[in-house]
Amino acid sequence: MKATQIIKNGLIKENPTWVLILGMCPTLATTTSAINGMSMGLATTFVLMMSNIVISLLKSVIPDKVRIPAFIVVIATFVTVVQLVMQAYVPALFETLGLFIPLIVVNCIVLGRAEAFASKNNVWHSFLDGVFMGLGFTWALTLVGLVREMLGSGSAFGFKFINADADGMLLFILPPGGFLCLGLLMALINHLRKTK
Amino acid sequence: MAKKAKSTLLNMFLSLTIIAVVAAGVLALISFVTKAPIEASKKAKTENAIKAVLPAFDRLEDQEVNGMKCHLAYNGDQLASIAIESASENGFGGHLGVMYGFDAATGNITGYSILETNETPGLGAKADKWFQEGSKGCVVGKNPGTDKLTVKKDGGDVDAISGSTITSRAFCGALEAAYETFQQIEKE
Repeated sequence: MKATQIIKNGLIKENPTWVLILGMCPTLATTTSAINGMSMGLATTFVLMMSNIVISLLKSVIPDKVRIPAFIVVIATFVTVVQLVMQAYVPALFETLGLFIPLIVVNCIVLGRAEAFASKNNVWHSFLDGVFMGLGFTWALTLVGLVREMLGSGSAFGFKFINADADGMLLFILPPGGFLCLGLLMALINHLRKTK
Repeated sequence: MAKKAKSTLLNMFLSLTIIAVVAAGVLALISFVTKAPIEASKKAKTENAIKAVLPAFDRLEDQEVNGMKCHLAYNGDQLASIAIESASENGFGGHLGVMYGFDAATGNITGYSILETNETPGLGAKADKWFQEGSKGCVVGKNPGTDKLTVKKDGGDVDAISGSTITSRAFCGALEAAYETFQQIEKE
């Protein structure tokens, strides 16, 4: 498998959000603004990258029957690292994402890539797969967050473009708007992907 | 491809143990490194909240009364004002933590700051501004001893946040609890 193929897979062809439809829980919950979505995506990217590297390194010493618990321990370690570092250096962001950082442990993308890719491929390819699957997740979350923020609060990346006192369409910040945005964007992107 | 370790009892036992021990070691290290900044940021948050709810003061004294954290602010030797960390579990999103400031002499509210909130964005989450001075539901400057600080639906004088009566009730509930603690400190 070539490196360019892995990159394309992560970003578009097998994009975790639009195509594999994995990790919907953080996708819907953290995309109330573009910054939140992007931060969640980047935190997940870091975990994916590190866990893919380590699992690929360890793949020959982990017996098959205990591979899942071994993977989970590795993933949980990196998630806790992210959690502690965020809490220490970006407390405001940690408060917004709060609960969803520890939940990266059970994010299907991370375990899914460990099982489907890192445990079968070499370290370099696993690293690439982790980074680009993560970035694929990140751009999807940022886009959903941006659309919801623009409609719901009338701002983009925190900069308000409507009257400072005015509210946007609140619905889009709330869960129903999350489902609507995600569904419509998914339809649009898959349409573009198929007609290309 | 390298030969895979067989799933014998010994192999499974060893690999899981080693992975767990290494993971624990890494986490211990990270936790050690981040402990100081995490505590510093928590402390800075409390201090900012105290500064926001109380008028200027010289020094602080911390106390715990009724299970609430209280910060007594002094000007010289004179007790000037008290900040009390109160909470209500009846918010729309459950826990609502608020710090209230009271003037030590009169019991008037000098300010408040939301510490922890799970309220709905755009509705209940407006509580951070709604009850401030100059806003519709202003409670700052009022006195819980003489003013009826419950929402209008409950017979009080506070304008509830539109569409968020539950949040407003929780806010008033936490305020009442904080005032009780305030009175208890005053007695001592």
